[in-house]
Amino acid sequence: MIEVNDIHKSFGDTHVLKGISTVFENGKTNLIIGQSGSGKTVFLKCLLGLFYPEKGDIVYDGNSYASLPTKEKRNLRQEMGMVFQGSALFDSMTVAGNVMFPLEMFTNQPKSEMIDRVDAVLKRVNLVDAHHKFPSEISGGMQKRVAIARAIVMNPKYLFCDEPNSGLDPKTAILIDNLIKEITEEYDITTVINTHDMNSVMQIGEKILFLKDGLMEWEGTKNEIFKTDNQAVTDFVYSSDLFKKVRQMYIEERN
Amino acid sequence: MNYLASIGSYAVMVQEVFKKPTKWRIMKSLILKEIDELIYGSLGIIIFISFFIGAVVAIQTALNLTSPIIPRNLIGFATRQSVILEFAPTFVSVIMAGKVGSYITSSIGTMRVTEQIDALEVMGVNSLNYLVFPKIIAMLFYPFAIAISMYVGIFGGWFAGVFGGFLTSANFVEGLQMDFVPFHIAYAFIKTLIFAFVIATIPSYHGFYMKGGALEVGKASTTSFVWTSVVIIILNYLLTQLLLG
Repeated sequence: MIEVNDIHKSFGDTHVLKGISTVFENGKTNLIIGQSGSGKTVFLKCLLGLFYPEKGDIVYDGNSYASLPTKEKRNLRQEMGMVFQGSALFDSMTVAGNVMFPLEMFTNQPKSEMIDRVDAVLKRVNLVDAHHKFPSEISGGMQKRVAIARAIVMNPKYLFCDEPNSGLDPKTAILIDNLIKEITEEYDITTVINTHDMNSVMQIGEKILFLKDGLMEWEGTKNEIFKTDNQAVTDFVYSSDLFKKVRQMYIEERN
Repeated sequence: MNYLASIGSYAVMVQEVFKKPTKWRIMKSLILKEIDELIYGSLGIIIFISFFIGAVVAIQTALNLTSPIIPRNLIGFATRQSVILEFAPTFVSVIMAGKVGSYITSSIGTMRVTEQIDALEVMGVNSLNYLVFPKIIAMLFYPFAIAISMYVGIFGGWFAGVFGGFLTSANFVEGLQMDFVPFHIAYAFIKTLIFAFVIATIPSYHGFYMKGGALEVGKASTTSFVWTSVVIIILNYLLTQLLLG
């Protein structure tokens, strides 16, 4: 579980996060949505410890990140898995090398055990024939799956994803969404996903946070988001014709 | 003020490079890879430039020795002094600032742009140690490249001098041995080691802290070449004053 208590983050004179508080529970897929520039990525980077909030605190299973000694912070980071928007795979390493990287860095397992573990996670993300390929030789969807495999190879407690299905075709995007949800439940981890894809919200969203101008404008469940009267949320959610029609159908059904 | 801030953050970066070392098993392979990329991969251009620079120095000296009372072996002496004191350590280092420096900036900069550095940080890896430390260690082998440069430069001078008909081989060798000061070799290698550190760290700094996209990677490479060259030239002056002055 991750508790976020009133975090503020500025860059120069720009106040990006203006006091966000929330709780992300274990075994749930938590989605952060909002328009570009609303502070989603900065918020996610604060959760990851890449940015330090000027005010407020983030508590991971009872451990306040700000008050942890440097060594403990590094240990905590090893319990985090991250899937970046562009996958962020290491170009110079093969698929297997990318997935094995955290194991080589932080464990003293024999090579054979590492290979077994890499095989297992690559199989889990449905990539069995790509071990020796380089990231440039595989598709965007496969790269995302490798990134997920790398993120879960150390059995993390927390999984963060920054727009995991951006740039993917709708079918692959759904596959990636479902894979993240399955892994969240299977490993009982706390998953936080940054997205502005409403299909993801419908597909896997259990708890949804809507950010606007650095503030948490709304939070609730997937079902609640379609019923809310919050103008900012409805403007965002129903910006596409498809969702306008869904809402129309919902209203007609209700009446 | 910006320059002072940059110098400060460069110093902080260098300090961070030596903190929380990466596992030796991984670091060893990274160092070998960097030796291959930075040193072995540069030998071709170093040999090519050194040969012709040595040859040009010998020809220029010969053409400027118009007085018959000046011995011809001065060509060998001048080639040795120019190549050992300046052309090999300094001129080649400026070339390396372009070749190796732009490679370092663009490779680290691309990792920054594609969030690979963020990925390392999230995992709890000291990304500066992982990326920059192997380059610093690899560049410790740079004096070997400069030793080759010195040898080839002098050989180039001999080749141009003898085959150009400016002096005999014996004259050239006599000039090479004339008034030899062993400390000049030490001076050249002290400079080389300091330049090696500069070539490894300044381009790393520009790559690591760059912001933006692909276009900015190119700009960062250019900026890093300019600053690495400027620092090499200034340090060359200071070291010459300190060690030989």
